[in-house]
Amino acid sequence: MNEKKILSIKTIVAIGIGAAVFLVLGRFAAIPTGVPNTEIQTAYAFLALMAVLYGPVAGAAIGFIGHTLKDVTAYGMPWFSWIIASAVVGLIMGLAWKKLHVSEGVFGKKEMITFNIYQIIANLIAWGLVAPTLDIVIYAEPLDKLYLQGSVAGISNIITVGVLGTALLYAYAKTRTKKGSLDKE
Amino acid sequence: MSQTMLGYIKQDSPIHYLTGATKLICLLLFSFASMLTYDTRLLAIILIFSIVMFKVSKIQFKDVAFVVYFILVFLLLNNIAIFLFSPYEGVKIYGMRTDLFKLVGPYTVTVEQLFYQFNITLKYLSIIPMALLFMVATHPSEFAASLNRIGVSYKGAYAVAIALRYIPDVQRDYHDIAFAQQARGIDMSKKEKLSKRIKNITAILLPLIFSSLDRIETISCAMELRAFGNNKKRTWYSARPFKKGDYIAIGVATAFLVVAFLMMIKNGGRFYNPFL
Repeated sequence: MNEKKILSIKTIVAIGIGAAVFLVLGRFAAIPTGVPNTEIQTAYAFLALMAVLYGPVAGAAIGFIGHTLKDVTAYGMPWFSWIIASAVVGLIMGLAWKKLHVSEGVFGKKEMITFNIYQIIANLIAWGLVAPTLDIVIYAEPLDKLYLQGSVAGISNIITVGVLGTALLYAYAKTRTKKGSLDKE
Repeated sequence: MSQTMLGYIKQDSPIHYLTGATKLICLLLFSFASMLTYDTRLLAIILIFSIVMFKVSKIQFKDVAFVVYFILVFLLLNNIAIFLFSPYEGVKIYGMRTDLFKLVGPYTVTVEQLFYQFNITLKYLSIIPMALLFMVATHPSEFAASLNRIGVSYKGAYAVAIALRYIPDVQRDYHDIAFAQQARGIDMSKKEKLSKRIKNITAILLPLIFSSLDRIETISCAMELRAFGNNKKRTWYSARPFKKGDYIAIGVATAFLVVAFLMMIKNGGRFYNPFL
């Protein structure tokens, strides 16, 4: 395999399948919390997992394509400000890719903390900054409303990814064989 | 669990004869035009034009009705939220204040606010027929070819093609797993407490993730065996050459965008102010 390729075949396929799963989870596996317009978006826990497994390019692309397709099949129109925010979440989460070795079965306390620091930063930037700013530029809606929407989405996503994402990664790491786990007798 | 999704609907119409690339370019141009402008007159023209196009496409309204109702409810909620948070946004934008009647507390309905919210609604509405049309009149495999045509690298286009191809499969997987877990007594419905539901949803997520990761392995191996990505270019089975109609459609869409720009310059901003 040529190492210089930015998009390996596996990344391309991971983006495609990841986007499909993101859409299905976004449409069917969102749990309403009782607060209007706030849902526990399990899709973002999945996005975090994929970003950590396949890197920032895959993370950003899954967020972008998955969210676009979800919007388009549900509302008939893409909501670009939030789509880009999803891509930013995937991108920043993907930066943790080099630091975590989940596919080698390593996901202890230290890794959990690293993962959660990344996800909190990712969600804060995406929903606190990117989404409202783009909303203002594109749709020129009132500021207060956008920042409230953004922070509600951000906080609920931080909790979702923190609880569900960590649990998913932990369960996934347990199924992988650790490097050097064989003992010489 | 019978939530429907928008999908391709086969029809015999001029819109369907346009290539996927043309439809994508037109949709993008129209989206930009309606995002840019807040000019009521232009938005109204775009809305009428898109409704006419929708008629031309011979797509039945009932096929997309569920989405339209959903959007209308969303627009209503959005309008209420805007008014609650910023009842005088319109006054700020148009620099005038004409009170109509007083509601409770700090809320007074003004003509400017009504006009501003009317514009926002019009802005969203104007692009909906076009976007819906694009969704139901473009075949998924042609869509990937058209992405490649407008300059997206074929690898990126192929990722989108894979996503579109596997959405039904993943959806079926999801429902199979959900039913299997429900048969085991794991409840995902409203009857459970929130904390329990979150725990129960992992029972669906984990098998779904593992089957998806397996699928990624299988597909990427198959593509590797067929030497995907070896050449700089690839051809698409469903790509079609541009015809006269395609050039006309792109021309019309470009004209709309140009008009949107000109109106911005003429109005001295994005808003059209009839109150001056």
